[in-house]
Order: sequence, then structure tokens, then C-alpha cells
Amino acid sequence: MILWVGEYAAGVLVVIGALFSLIAAIGVLRLPDLYTRMHAATKVGTVGAGFILLGVAAAAFDASVVLRALIGIGFLVLTTPVSAHLLARAAFLTGTRPTWLTYINEAESETGDKPKY
Amino acid sequence: MSGAAFLELATTIALALLSLALLLAFVRLLRGPTLPDRVLALDMLTTIAVGYVGVLAIKTGFTLYIDIAIAVALTGFLATLAFARYLLSRKAGEQPATGEGLGK
Amino acid sequence: MNLTGLLVIFALGWAAVTGNFGVLNLLLGAVIGGLALLLFRVKTVRPAFISRAWRIAALALLFIRELLESAVRVAILVLTPDLSARLRPAIIAFPLTARSDGEITLLANLITLTPGTLSVDVSEDRQRLFIHCLSLQDRDALIDGIAIGFEAKVIEVFK
Repeated sequence: MILWVGEYAAGVLVVIGALFSLIAAIGVLRLPDLYTRMHAATKVGTVGAGFILLGVAAAAFDASVVLRALIGIGFLVLTTPVSAHLLARAAFLTGTRPTWLTYINEAESETGDKPKY
Repeated sequence: MSGAAFLELATTIALALLSLALLLAFVRLLRGPTLPDRVLALDMLTTIAVGYVGVLAIKTGFTLYIDIAIAVALTGFLATLAFARYLLSRKAGEQPATGEGLGK
Repeated sequence: MNLTGLLVIFALGWAAVTGNFGVLNLLLGAVIGGLALLLFRVKTVRPAFISRAWRIAALALLFIRELLESAVRVAILVLTPDLSARLRPAIIAFPLTARSDGEITLLANLITLTPGTLSVDVSEDRQRLFIHCLSLQDRDALIDGIAIGFEAKVIEVFK
């Protein structure tokens, strides 16, 4: 009985996670510049993979698997912002400009604080 | 519908969605236009691959796949780190890259 | 004997009694031991350990809620047809109160995973954090929100 609940929960979680991953990919394709694309890839992508790993935990219903799935989620949540931040910083310092839609850019206007090239 | 059948259907749907996501991220990888955009697309591909491996773990019943998913996530993280370092070290002698919809 | 030593002994004892030295079972033993300590030695345990653990847990909970909210918001935004009309991207400079490397790192990571914001760089004098916003409505409200929300909690955890 409880295993059945686990299986239904796992199915729902996995489909939600896959949907989030798909939306993240659509965002990476549709958004206009690197920085806005990064929003989609980091947040939505992490949540998508996280939901799928939760689904694995629910389906397996085994302590060691649950623990490893949780470790995987923690790992994703810790590393994704770090890599996104590093990539944004590298792009910023090497001169990738945000899209013309960007209507405030304080990093440009305050020359005193502008990162040194 | 029994639990097992429901799970089978759900994993099949999830694999289809994830395949589509991989395709879209790959289009961004081909289009660029700048190197950071391509690195971001690669990062997206690894995140989707983690989900893909996770779904495979359920579908096949091999829980070992979870360790593979964690390893894929680790590799993707290190790859993005290395690419970011490379971008920073490359900037020295070259012209800055320009983005799509550029406004100077 | 300090708290950590006690918890390790309780965990090992629990594992020995239940006959299972798996990681999860050891953790369970430590948790049960901690609860037992809470019941019997409230005064010695509370000040150093419990309040800090509680603050970390509060931060983690806030973080997970914000992450889910931001994912849903970005997802909805991505799926709207008139995308460029809805976007209002901006890079703003957030004045940092946090000083140490640890605080700034944690704050930058939290900002990256919360609704509509992504940290890009820290200025050389460590006074400002440059944040990219996906859809900025009110610059000052956003800065105030981060300052009294995440930054205050981060500084509390590190205190």
C-alpha cells in the first residue's frame, strides 16, 4: 500500500521535474541575452533536476537511495549558483554586454566601481 | 491504473520531455552567439542529463544510476568552472566578445 | 564532556542496540540522542548549539521556499508570448553590509537562486555587489528586501 503511494508520488514528481527542465531549456533558447538566459538555466534547471531526484527517492523507498538522492539535490543546489556566478562574472569581465533591453546598468554608469579589465 | 503502470507511463513522458529539452539546449549551443552563451548551454545540457539519468534510475530499477547522476553533476560543475577560468585567462590579448542585440 | 562527543557516543550506542551501523541509522541515533539531551539537559545544551542550528535551519527553509517561488516565476515569464515586453532586465549595485568572505559568498549564492536576481560581481573595494535582475520593478524596494531579508539572516548565522 505505502509502496503504491511512493510510486504515484514518484511519477508525479518526475513529470514535474521534466517539465521544469523543458521550460528551462525553452528559456535558454528564447531569452535575449546571456544574463537573462542564466536566470532560466540556474533556477528552473536546478529545480527540475531536484524534483526528478526527489522522484527517484520516492520510487526507491530505500534509506540508502533516499540519502544519496538528497545528497545529489544538496550538491546541485550548492554548485549551480557558484558556477552561474562564475560564468556571469567571467562574461561580464570579458566584455559580454547585456541586451539593449536592460534599462539600468549601474555597473557601467559608476565608473569608480567599474571592474578593472 | 496500478502504481507500477502509472510510474512506467510517467517515466516515459518524462524521458520524452527531457529529450525535447536536450534538443532545445543543443540549438542554443549551436547558435551561440558568444562563447559564454555556449558554455551556459553546455551547463544546461549537464543539468538535463542529471535529470535524464535520474529518470533512467527509476525506469530500470538500478539505483546505482543515482551515483552516476551525482558524478555527472560534479563533472558539469567542474567543466563550467574550467570554462569560466578559461574565459578570464583568454581575455588578455583579444577583442571583447559582443552579445546579441548589442547596444553600446 | 562536550556535546559532540556525547552525540557520537549516543549514535554508536543506538547503532549497537539496533544492530545496524549504516549511515542513516547512526544519524537517527544522533538525532534521538540529541532529543534526549534536550529533554534532560536543556540548560547546558541550548545556548551554544541549538540557537545556531535553529538559525541555520530557518535560513535553509527560507532559501528553499524562495528557490521554488523563483523557479515558478521564471517559468511563467519564459512561457509568456510577448517575452521582450515583459522583461525589464537591469544591473544594480547592492550596498553590502556583510564584510567577511563567507558572508558575501553565502549572500551571493542565495541571491542567485532567489526570484529574478543573479549576482554578477563584487566591486573591488567589497562595498557593492552587482546584481542582474530579470524583471526589475522597484530598485529601492528590491535592495531593502535583500538587506532586511537574506543579508540580516546571513549575518545572524555567522555571528
